[in-house]
Formats: sequence, structure tokens, C-alpha cells
Amino acid sequence: MKPTHDSTRILLAVRNWFIFLSFGIALLLDLMPAPPGWPDWVALVLTFWCVREPLKVGMATGFALGIAVDVADAAVMGEHALGYVLLAYAAGALSRRILWFPLSLQALHVLPLLLAMQVVTLAARMLGGAAFPGWTPFLASLSGAALWIPLNYLLLAPQYRPVEKDENRPI
Amino acid sequence: MSAVGRQPPPFFRRGAAPFARLALFVILSLTLIGVDSRTGMLEHVRQSLTMLGYPLRTAALAPAQALHEVGAVLSAQADLRGENAKLNEQAVRAAAIILRQRQLEEENRQLRALLAMRDRQPASGTVAEILYAVRDPYSRKVIIDKGTRHGIEAGAAVVDDIGVIGQVTRVFPLSAEVTLITDRDQAVPIEVERNQVRAVLFGAGGGALEVRYLAAGADVREGDILVTSGLDGIYLPGLPVGRITRIVQDGANAFARILATPAAAAERSKLVLVLGRRAAAAAAEGEAAVKQRPKKGRAGKGAPRGQQR
Repeated sequence: MKPTHDSTRILLAVRNWFIFLSFGIALLLDLMPAPPGWPDWVALVLTFWCVREPLKVGMATGFALGIAVDVADAAVMGEHALGYVLLAYAAGALSRRILWFPLSLQALHVLPLLLAMQVVTLAARMLGGAAFPGWTPFLASLSGAALWIPLNYLLLAPQYRPVEKDENRPI
Repeated sequence: MSAVGRQPPPFFRRGAAPFARLALFVILSLTLIGVDSRTGMLEHVRQSLTMLGYPLRTAALAPAQALHEVGAVLSAQADLRGENAKLNEQAVRAAAIILRQRQLEEENRQLRALLAMRDRQPASGTVAEILYAVRDPYSRKVIIDKGTRHGIEAGAAVVDDIGVIGQVTRVFPLSAEVTLITDRDQAVPIEVERNQVRAVLFGAGGGALEVRYLAAGADVREGDILVTSGLDGIYLPGLPVGRITRIVQDGANAFARILATPAAAAERSKLVLVLGRRAAAAAAEGEAAVKQRPKKGRAGKGAPRGQQR
């Protein structure tokens, strides 16, 4: 399994309900009580689908998810929305480039995107009068980028199903 | 059989140009930020979205709570017995204080009646459980499991068994948001217990507190206990808030830099008490006092008799 454009294998089409489900699970993980450095799951999954399916998932999805996260985190409404919209735009614009790289180099592309998203939300918050919170929140981007490789295998698994059903096959 | 009106198949249906869409959404987000931070117009939207997300939130908290319960089941019986004995002892000790407190409150009431002062409001409140801390590095907030359905109001003070932990800042039907005193934007009017020097306490980040606007020569020492002064009409007076840990005198500044630690386990406690709103009650008492004023002469004579009892 090699989830890049290098691969000669043609994947099955993604199912819409699976995209919905992945966003739901990302929001769930986001709401969990978590240690510092817990990745921003919503941003990560959003980046993944914007890179993988730029025609299905884009800025509108990012905006809606941003509002949901703002409500969940009791932040100023629109703060995460702004960050996610910019993230979705950048990820969509870079998608045709990123997919030619092996997964580890893809993760290196994703890291600056996630960091830029955090800087934008931070700037929006500091314009509103908040103090600088220190550097620990940025750990979330590092852990997010590190999770890019396992996330690819996880979220692409349904598309790697064989086309024809074989009753004798174990998986 | 005519070709008129037949559209070519939409090969590349992309809608508006990406950059135009980006501009649209960025403007929309910035508008939302502006509207939400300057006005309270979006509170209704936030309330309904919170209600919609309630099942998801419950689901997200379930694993942590299940883990907690498994831990409780697995904890050794000896531990529980020890804890039970300790709690019993605490309860007996507390009972002695409570019994004395009733008598003291009664005595205090009578003395205040003598002085024709308005009664201090007795503390009453709702016990709530902290569900989780808001995952937001810029502020110190927690969500508790009681909301408007349980009579929680925005602005109410929140305490634990040791002291003040914060104030309710947003209320939802089934939950409420409490801003801790360690939040940078949270101010608590306090006084030094030893000599009633009044000041204002702010969160300093990292779980610490800072006393601001106290002149460099003011009579404060390290180790002084800080209690609420009650001047804001929100916190009851006399609740412990923190203890002064460090005083930095800076010749260039008119104010000393005074750091304190919170008395309550503001960032660790699990069960809290949301105190009833004080301002409204105080106002009602004020009206009552005005109505009763003609009788004051007789009440003054009656009070000492009560005290002799």
C-alpha cells in the first residue's frame, strides 16, 4: 500500500459518509480531556481530505468545522473558522504537489500548514487583547504532522478494498 | 429530436474561483470575530449549537469517566476504609465548627441588628461537578455539569472546599462555563486578612495570581492570606482566595509586583459549589431593611433579650 500518486494502483472512490464519519470522530477526539500537545484532530483530518479530495472538501467545510470547534472550545466565534478556511485553501492549492511525495515528505509539507493555521488563530486572539500563551500550544502541530503517516493508512483503508468480492479471501 | 436546450456535460464544475471563495470566507470569519467579541448577538447561536453538540460532548467524556470508574472499582478496599475513616473524622471535626458557626452566625446577626447593619447574606449554592477544562491555551476555563435548568446564573461565584476558584461566565441549559481566578482576564477584589488592605487580584498565567495596583510601600508580607473584600457585589466577603508568595520591589515602578498562589485547588478540584447570585439578594435585603426601618427602635431593644437566651 503506497498512498501517493507514484503508486500505479487506482483507488476506489471515497464514500461521502466516510468523510462525514471521520470529521465526527475528529470532533470527538477534539472534545476529549487531553494533555498538552494533543494534536488538533479536526485541522489534521481537514488537511487530509483537502489534499486528497480537493473537489469534495474545501473552504466551506473548513468554515463549518471552525464554527463547531469555536463553540466546543468556548473561543471567540470565527477564530478557528478563519484558521481552518485558510488551512483548507492552502491544502487544496498544494494538493496536486503534495501527493507526488512519499508520506514522510508529505508530513513535512503539512507541518508548516498546521503551524500557519495556529499562528493565524493566535493572531486573531491577540488582536482581541489576549496575552501570548507561550510555545507549548505549538506542540499540537508537531504531533499532528507526526500523525500524518498513520492517518493516511487509516483513512485510505476503505479505498483499498478489492473491487470484486471473493468469499474465500481472509480480508 | 432537436439539440436546442441541451447543455454540454459539466466536466469541470468548480463554482466560484478558489481565491474568491477564500476572500468570502475570510471576510465572513472576520465579521464573526468582530461581532462576537464586541457584541453579545451570537450568544443564542452559541447556545443552540452547544445544545446540538451535547450528545457528542457526553460521548467524548465517556472514556475518561469509564476509566475513572474502573480505577474506583479496582482501588483496594483498605484504601477505601482508610479514606472513609479520614472522612468520618473530618466530618466530626467539621460538625463541631458548623455547630459553633450557627451559634456565631446567630450572635453575629444579633450584634449586627444592634448596629443596625444589614445582614450578611448566608452562603447558599448548588453543588456541581467539573466536567472538563476547556482546551484553549489562551484562557483558564472549566465546564461544570449544571446550567440554567439547575438555576445557575452568569456572574455567580464558584468555590470549592478551600476557597474561591472562579466565576460563571457563560450559562448553557445543561452546563456552564467557569472562568478560573488564574485566567489573565479575571479580576477579584481582595483584602489582606491581617490588616484589611484592599487590592485587586488578577491571574498571572501558569496557575499563579498577581496583586496589582498596590503601592510599593503598602503593608503586605510574604505569607499574608488574601480574602475576598466583597466590594464588587459578586463574591461574598471573607472567602479565602490565596496566599502571597513573593514580593518584588522595583524602584522604577510605583507599584510592587506581588505574586500569590491560589488557596483553592483552582485547577485540580472536581466538586465545586456555585454560590447564589449575591447582588440581587443584597438589593432585596436592602428593600426589606428600608421597609422595616420604622420598627428599628423597638427591634434594637428586643435584640439584647434574644442574646441573653
